This record gives sequence, structure tokens and C-alpha cells, in this order.
Amino acid sequence: MSLRLILLCLLGALTLPLAAQDRLPPAPYAYQQLNDPAKEARAKALMEELRCLVCQGQSIADSDAPLAGDMRHEVRSKIAAGESPDEIKAWLVARYGNWVSYDPPFDGATALLWLGPLLFLAIGGWLAFGRFRRGKDDAEGGA
Amino acid sequence: MIAELGLALLWIAAALACLTLIAGTLFLRGGPKDLASLVRPASVAQGVLTTAAFGLLIALFVRSDMSVELVARNSNSLKPMIFKIAGTWGNHEGSMLLWLMILSLSGGLIAIFEKRLREDTLVATLAAQAALSLGFFAFLLFSSNPFKRLPVAPPDGQGLNPLLQDIGLAFHPPTLYVGYVGLSVAFSFAVGALITREIGPAFARAMRPWVLGSWIFLTLGITAGSYWAYYELGWGGWWFWDPVENVSLVPWLAGAALLHSVAVTATRNALRAWTVMLAVIGFSMSMVGTFIVRSGLLTSVHSFAVDPERGTFLLVLMAIYIGGALTLFALRAGTVAEGKKFALLSREGSLVINNLLLTTILALVLLGTLYPIVAEAMGEKISVGPPYYNKVAGPLALILCLVMVAGPLLSWRKDDGKRLWSRLPLALFAGAAVLFGLVLFGGKVGILPLLGMTVAGIVAVASLAPLWGRNLRRTPLPTWGMVVAHFGVAVCLAGMGAESAFIKERLVAAAPGDDIRIGDFSVKFVGVKPVAGPNYTAIEGTLVATTSSGSRFTMKPEARTFPGLMGTAPTETNEAALLTRPGGQLYAVLGQPVTSDDGRADRYQIRLWWKPLVWWIWLGGGLIAVGAALSMLGRAQLLAIWRARRARKLQERFAP
Repeated sequence: MSLRLILLCLLGALTLPLAAQDRLPPAPYAYQQLNDPAKEARAKALMEELRCLVCQGQSIADSDAPLAGDMRHEVRSKIAAGESPDEIKAWLVARYGNWVSYDPPFDGATALLWLGPLLFLAIGGWLAFGRFRRGKDDAEGGA
Repeated sequence: MIAELGLALLWIAAALACLTLIAGTLFLRGGPKDLASLVRPASVAQGVLTTAAFGLLIALFVRSDMSVELVARNSNSLKPMIFKIAGTWGNHEGSMLLWLMILSLSGGLIAIFEKRLREDTLVATLAAQAALSLGFFAFLLFSSNPFKRLPVAPPDGQGLNPLLQDIGLAFHPPTLYVGYVGLSVAFSFAVGALITREIGPAFARAMRPWVLGSWIFLTLGITAGSYWAYYELGWGGWWFWDPVENVSLVPWLAGAALLHSVAVTATRNALRAWTVMLAVIGFSMSMVGTFIVRSGLLTSVHSFAVDPERGTFLLVLMAIYIGGALTLFALRAGTVAEGKKFALLSREGSLVINNLLLTTILALVLLGTLYPIVAEAMGEKISVGPPYYNKVAGPLALILCLVMVAGPLLSWRKDDGKRLWSRLPLALFAGAAVLFGLVLFGGKVGILPLLGMTVAGIVAVASLAPLWGRNLRRTPLPTWGMVVAHFGVAVCLAGMGAESAFIKERLVAAAPGDDIRIGDFSVKFVGVKPVAGPNYTAIEGTLVATTSSGSRFTMKPEARTFPGLMGTAPTETNEAALLTRPGGQLYAVLGQPVTSDDGRADRYQIRLWWKPLVWWIWLGGGLIAVGAALSMLGRAQLLAIWRARRARKLQERFAP
């Protein structure tokens, strides 16, 4: 929370080398929506899943960093050109790796991430329900 | 002089912690009885001295004493007074002293107020609390001394991060810290009770107000932090699943699980070992959070205090405390009988499911936060963010809410399904009404927001059910607390669902005079003018929002520039303008000037959002905290004590 604020300041420092680029007008679709609401909604959903690579803690949908603006422009232009969000995401992942996506894929490296909570729930549930069963047996045994 | 006095007070307080620990240990090992009478006053004195030291650090910031390194690095004589004071804890050393002060004060407060525990358990608890504070004293005195002097005082300080120059900083970190560190009391109670083997309803009742108290502060801290990020960051997000948010959420989840399980232990003398375990987990998670934030382990987080040496120190402390407590638990768990048995369909049963789900969510938030670090060590760079948490934690949280519908309606020990079913129709009807309304009139709504609002409808009605057919004036405070808190969950959930389902966004480059339509509003961009703040300059935009019914509201978002102090780069921030309406909030941000093709720069980027019911999120958070406060008042028996005292006084007055 508060830390994101600090982060933003960090970001100021991180983008110093880009200061020259800063003065260029931002790419048109960085701060401009697509006219077609359906396409804009698709672009928006995708932008929320993509990491702003220089901010390290924000999606490109909510960052003022110039790079985030460029990426928003990229995403909106491609959606406008008729590409599907999945194609754009695949293109970005090929370029930047899985780091760019906040939605990690399910593969060998992330199996534990996706299955861990289920495993935890299953083991926890098994222990807890074991208790209930025993509780019942005890009650019957006592009766 | 002030700095030296502060440091001296810290050393004396550390010595008192040492004394408490030694005297307590000797007493518990069968030493002379007199030792026990040392422990209470020493704990109180430690709390008072540490608080005084913190007060002196504030005084140094207020006086802008630039000969102290911490002040020179983090303050500036031009800063408004409130931010000079808040700057005391807006940095690593100051925030660690605040942490330690709360830890010591908690010990002092236990020593003063706790009268229900057996004496040996109380001594063991205070000794455990002293052991905790001793480690953090060592950390502060050896590697993070806040009172360190500079050989040569600079003419002025380097100032404070402009984003932190906000009223939020004055309240948010202290609130969260009280919550974090308040859980240390539960931890110490658990260790104390394990040492003396006094684990039962008396121990649970003694611990409960403290758990509720720190959970209130955690709830308020997280809610306020969410609102702060919402208006300060300028993009209208209220929760980002950022690692630092996550490490504040994890102790909150542990606290939520604990305050439900401690209810079972206090009322039914069941789930004893589990309650003790959760008490250990709660503060352990606070320490893990502090460690993650303070060590710079996670790349995305706090910019202050990224120092490997400090990280190692904290890691060692954490290993000793968590490892020690878990070892003690392992040694004694066998001797802690599980307590009374119960059926699945009972109040206890629902609370067990509540705890199972809360700890699963806790585990997955921790897993998601730490996973990228582990993956990176293995050569895979991945990001875990909102899509993961929404997919995994979202459904679990909704199931948890449904359990919350049933739990309070069940009776202890054993209940039957028919009885439960007979109490649900109205709530289910409310949920069905919401669901049909959304499907028929809501347009395209995502599955999670749709289910969220439906469950919110069910919970809102069901949470009031424990009050039906009761004399409201005789309903005990803790019942009121539960009702208000659960209703708060429904309000919060409805706000989240409505905001994500029906948010409207408009990003435009507008020239003065342009009209922008968003939702029910027509927003006219009147123009911009330069304004000067106490230590920044800004461009202030004027927007006039008109509703379809003709009401007009003026909004003034600002783009601020803080000059770089002492050679640092200037910083720009956006101050959003918020218009709160019964149906939601209109959120306006003034962005950069836009240059047209003909070279004129008369247009500005304007970002507008209409966020339906968004303020319900924080209202819900507030209600949850109020509910917990009502419960605590009931449980701490403050009212009972007050009434007893008044009755005694009356008696004395009328005595012959």
C-alpha cells in the first residue's frame, strides 16, 4: 500500500536515464482509449495482467512510467489491428519472458504455486474431518 | 543532549527487559517468590522508558536538529509541522523504534491490566514479551541507532519523499504497527501458557481482548492504507496484491483465524492446541512481514532500509523466536489435550472450516509472495499478481463467506441441518434477488464480481439473523460485534464487486471548454492555473461535473512538483480530486499537457473514473473494525468492571 507510493518515487530514480525520452510526446494510445468499447475492454483486461517492467510492482494499466505508456500504446494498437489478447500476450512473453505477465502459466516451474493451495486445503481438510469422525466414534463409544 | 538522553533511555529499557527475562526465568525454575514481584514493575518501566525515547526522537524532528543523522537524512526545516512529526516514523530507524515502543508498551499494559491469569503464567508471558523486545533492542542499538549524531551538521536536511508528505503517513504506519506488534501479546501468552501448561478457557479469555485489539488496528491500518493508495497513486486502484500489501494481509488473516478459534477455546474448551499454534503463527507472520519489508528481499517494495546486514540480523532474530516457540510447542503439544469433541454441523464445526479456509488463504498469499523469489533462485523469473490471487483466493474467500452465513446460526456442539435450513430462506432470497437483478439488468458482469455481489446479498441479510427475535437492548455486546463485523464483510464485498463490475473509465486529451461524458456525469474542463503550496508548485485543473439531475460540483485535481532538496531530483505527484456521491465516487486526475500537431500545448490529459459503490469497500472495513471493537469491549469486561466500581462507590456513599 503505502509502499507503492514509495515505489513510485523509486520509479522516478529508475527512469532518469529515460529523461530524454520523457520529453517526447507520449505514444497516442498511452493515454487514449480505443473508440470501440468492446476492444477497449479487451485491451484494458490485458493491460491489467501485464507488469510494468520498470516499476516492478504495478501493472501497465496503472503506472505513469513512460515505458508503461509505450506498452499501453502497443497493446491498444495491436488490439485495434484485430489481434487477440492471447496473441499479444504470447508475443510479449516471447520478448520479455514470463516476468511480464502477472498471470503465471501452469508449467513445471509453477506447478507448486497453482497446486500448493489445493494441497494445503486437502491435507488440512483431511486432518480436520478426521477429527470430526473420531468425535462421532467417541460419542457412539460413550453411548 | 536530547539524542544522548534518548539513547540512554533505550539502554536502560533494554536492561529492564533483561531483568524481566532473568527474574521471570529464575522464578519459574523455582527461585524465590519475591522475583515475581519484580517482573510487573520492570515491564511497566520498560514500556514507559521506550515511549519516552520515542518522544525524544519526535522532539528532535520537531526541532529539525540536523546534527542527528536520521533527521538530516529524512527531514527538512521547511516541511509543515505535521509532516516533521510523521517523518519520525517514515524511515527505517524511526519505524523500528516505533515497533519496539509498541512491543514494550504491550508488555507494560499486560503487567498493569491482566488480572485473570495465574501468576506463574503471567510471569512467563511477561518474560516471553521481554525476550522478544530484547532481540529488537539489540537490533536497534547495534545496527539501527536512530539517535546517531553526525560529525558535522549540514545546513538543512534532505527532506522526505513527497509521496509520503500526506496525512496518511501520520496515521497509517502507526496503526498497522500497533496491529502487527499487538499480536506479540498473543504470541507471549501462548508461550507463557505452554511453559506453565495452563491452556484452557481462562487462558483463552485472557488472550481474547488482546487479539481483538490488535486485529482492530490491523483492519483499520489495511483499510486506511488501501484508501491512501487509492487517492494518492492517481490510477484509482485500491488493492494491488503487491508483496508489501500481502505481508500486511497475512497477519490480518492469522488474526482473523485466531480470534475465531480463541472463541471456541474460551467457550467450549476445544481446539486448544490449534489456538496456541495460531497465536504463534500470528506474530511470526508479523515478523516475517517486517523482515521481508526491511531486508529488501522483495525487489518491489520499500525503498528505505535495503541493507543486507540488517536483513541478516532480523532473519536470525526471527529464526530464534519462531523456532523457539515452535520447538516449545512440539515439546508440549502432546500434553495439551485437544479438548472437547463436537460434530461437523455445529458452531465449532463451522469455525473449524473458517479456520481451515483462512489459513489456506494465508498460506497461498504467502506462497504467491515468496514464490517469485524461490523461482528466481532456480533461474525462472516469474510474476505473481492479481490474476493468480483472484483465481485462487477469490473462490476460497466466497466459500468462507458462505460458511460465515451458516456459522452464527448454528448452536454449539451439535445442530441439525433442518433447523439451519429453516433459518436461511430470507437470506437466500436476498442472494437470488441480487443474482437475478444483475443477470437481467447488469449487462456483462464477470463471474467473480457476480458471485461476490450475490454472496454479499446473502451475507448482508444472514449476518443480521442472530438479532432476530432478541431483545436488542439485552443482546450482549460481543453478539452485536459479530453482527456488525459480518455485515461489514457484506458491505465490503458488495463494494468490491460493484466497483470491478461497473467501473467506467475515460482517458482524454481535453482543451479548456471541452465536455467529457462519463456515466451519469457531464464533466466540463474549465482550465488550469498555477498554484504554490508550502513546499511544492502545482498546476491545478478545474473541472465542473454536472449530474443528469442538474447538480453541479467543482473538482480541482493537481499535478504537483516538489523541488529536489540538497541536490536530489524533483519529484512529480498527482493529487486526484474525488467527488463522493451516494452511488459511488467520481475520480479525476490531471495529467501531462498534450502538444497538438500544430505545436500548441493547450490540451491536458484528463483521466476520469466513475467507481460505483467504491466507498463501500472502506466503509465495510470500518464496520469490521467497529464490530471487533464492540466484541472487545464486551470481552475485556471493561463495562462490568466500571459498573462494579460504580456500584461499590454508591454503596460507600450510602453506607451508614
